Amino acid sequence: MMHPISGADLKRHRYQGCCQMGSKFKVLICQGTSGLSGGAHIVAEALRKKLHESGLADKCEIKRVGDRGLFRDVLIDIISPDGKRWTYERVSVEDVTEIVESHLVKGEPVKRLLAGDDYRRFFEGQLRWVLRNCGEIDPEDINDYISVGGYEALRKALTEMTPEDVINEVVESGLRGRGGAGFPTGIKWRICRGHEAPARYVICNADEGDPGAFMDRSILEGDPHSVIEGLIIAGYAIGASKGFIYCRAEYPLAIRRLKVALQQAREMGFIGEDILGSGFSFDIALKEGAGAFVCGEETALIASIEGKRGMPRPRPPFPAEKGLWGMPTIINNVETLANVPRIILNGARWFSSVGTDRSKGTKVFALAGKVKNTGLVEVPMGVTLRQLIFGPGGGMARKGYAFKAVQIGGPSGGCLPEELLDTPIDYESLTQVGAIMGSGGLIVLDEGTCMVDAAKFFLSFTSAESCGKCIPCRVGLVRLYEVLDRITKGEGREGDIEFLERMGNAIRETSLCGLGKTALNPVLTTVRYFRDEYEAHIKHGRCPAGVCVPLLRFEVDEGKCVKCGRCARVCPVGAIAWQRGSFPVINKDACIKCRACIIECPDHAIN
Amino acid sequence: MGLVGGELERRLEEILGAFCGKRSELIPILQRIQNEFGYLPEDALVKVSRFIGVPEAHVYGVASFYEQLRLRQLGKNIITICRGTSCYVCGSSKLIDEAKSVLGIDEGETTPDLKWTLETVTCLGMCAHAPCAIVNGKVYGKMTPEKLVSIIRAVEGGRRS
Repeated sequence: MMHPISGADLKRHRYQGCCQMGSKFKVLICQGTSGLSGGAHIVAEALRKKLHESGLADKCEIKRVGDRGLFRDVLIDIISPDGKRWTYERVSVEDVTEIVESHLVKGEPVKRLLAGDDYRRFFEGQLRWVLRNCGEIDPEDINDYISVGGYEALRKALTEMTPEDVINEVVESGLRGRGGAGFPTGIKWRICRGHEAPARYVICNADEGDPGAFMDRSILEGDPHSVIEGLIIAGYAIGASKGFIYCRAEYPLAIRRLKVALQQAREMGFIGEDILGSGFSFDIALKEGAGAFVCGEETALIASIEGKRGMPRPRPPFPAEKGLWGMPTIINNVETLANVPRIILNGARWFSSVGTDRSKGTKVFALAGKVKNTGLVEVPMGVTLRQLIFGPGGGMARKGYAFKAVQIGGPSGGCLPEELLDTPIDYESLTQVGAIMGSGGLIVLDEGTCMVDAAKFFLSFTSAESCGKCIPCRVGLVRLYEVLDRITKGEGREGDIEFLERMGNAIRETSLCGLGKTALNPVLTTVRYFRDEYEAHIKHGRCPAGVCVPLLRFEVDEGKCVKCGRCARVCPVGAIAWQRGSFPVINKDACIKCRACIIECPDHAIN
Repeated sequence: MGLVGGELERRLEEILGAFCGKRSELIPILQRIQNEFGYLPEDALVKVSRFIGVPEAHVYGVASFYEQLRLRQLGKNIITICRGTSCYVCGSSKLIDEAKSVLGIDEGETTPDLKWTLETVTCLGMCAHAPCAIVNGKVYGKMTPEKLVSIIRAVEGGRRS
């Protein structure tokens, strides 16, 4: 049971926390959704048992931490009392005995399990400000957060700064919304505070719905207090007495950790009446989403909290003027709020010393797709796409499959080709090339991806998630999907590409909310940068990437084939006849068009 | 398998007892009812509309809008396959086709014997481990059609719950 803490106690608490660890070994086990799905809790239990059996239980402390961003489950760190650290990756239950006996008893690290070069390279070149605590502290222990400086920013804001001071600091820092739109956070706060009303509200948008994005989930699972602290500071700045965290239902671990964190924060007095004796009172309620992508849009999110269908409404008036229950409301993304405590502690100039002219600070990206190292990467704004993908990303995953495009910004974002790999990652540069920063999802596509099929995929998602309120989105996206579907089936017609462009632009200009307005980006960018692929489908009946089944002939191109026979080996129905030294022959009657041969061929010799 | 009137009433009363009847409680109430019964029985929707003081159509409108809320009973075992971008690019369609074929149902459907429900979602947030699926609450990464079939058989054989 915890007790409310005073400002002076906070300092003492932190000092005590640091001292306690002096004499023991610390064993950190990464337990976010990824770690747990890899059995981290089972490994932790086995470790606990083994330490007890070996009589080492009082010399070692096992700590649950969040996932670190590179998922080599199960990931374990051993830190010796003098501060040296070893990281073990892909640890299984069977390895526990060896780790304890060899490393902890004999002092000999287990070499075969130690994290290798590409682990190190992944974290090199990253600037982990927002993610600094993920994988280092126990997200279910507020004392751990406090021991690394947690809630010190809140104390400073409430007892040494006025709300206007806080707003000024955030404005000066240049922090912009990390949910995708990139509106200057401090300005939004200032506008909201400027509206007189009986109440104001602040909402944390944790409805991270972009397929391919898991930044917010990781922050909520690994360091929930950083978001809570940011939310309370935001509430103080705008003069709100109530805040909400709206978290999507598909993140059960994040919800669980938030509930624990909120309870502990309440017990310690960071949430509630007269926080830290400042006179400021603030309460936070957790709301669970119910599975609607559109509820990531701020006015739809507000409708959802009000108990209605998640349908956006026209703006103006913007939520900062008239939001939840008609009151001035601020909605901020998880990553945006997680940045706030450090800006208050270290100052605006510290934050704005990193980044570009108009995009300050760092951005967390979820790197996924056909790249070697998939995971969470945090870099300063201004780093180029190439540096990110071939640096921490480690380059392309499949030998023989070159880079083709990077999809940035989720289904609202654009697909950028190789020529644009040197585009710096900042709000303005990305908008200029037709993409958006988005929430941070970055999917790498290789030669095995058909860009027309990819555009169709994104449209199938956004058209299904349309709330249905406005015609451009409800009907327009379906019409676009139909055309893309026809093209991928080999039924493309003259004029289709022009239709996609015309309709796409019309929908962008007339949709009610961001969902409709940005659903076009995948289509318009693929048409802009991969027009030849569309033309191949429509004019020549070919799918160059070998994806659109109705356009594939399943024949071996003897000009490219090296007669390795791998296709024959992977065919699940034995439809490929091959003898050493000769070209394989595909029996079209037996072929079930599963494309296993196309995917297996290292020389792209089958179509 | 249907809920008898009295039993439904009693359990509903208990759930609603924890709420005040404000409009903003509608979605949390529906979520609690679904946690209790596995779906939203029609009688429950009627009762909730009275409790909050809104037309039944309003409650039905909210219940039918959100993907998470179900108006039909679920199977005993639930498979949720991710069809998000990363999983799609890493072959989730094959996984989904295999599941449909093995279970004999389409996405969003439940087998007639109420043993299996197949759902697809866009994005579980496990993109680094694509393709992903959840079977009875357990998250599996780097799934293959073969692995999925073996998990289904294992559950049916009672070797996994």
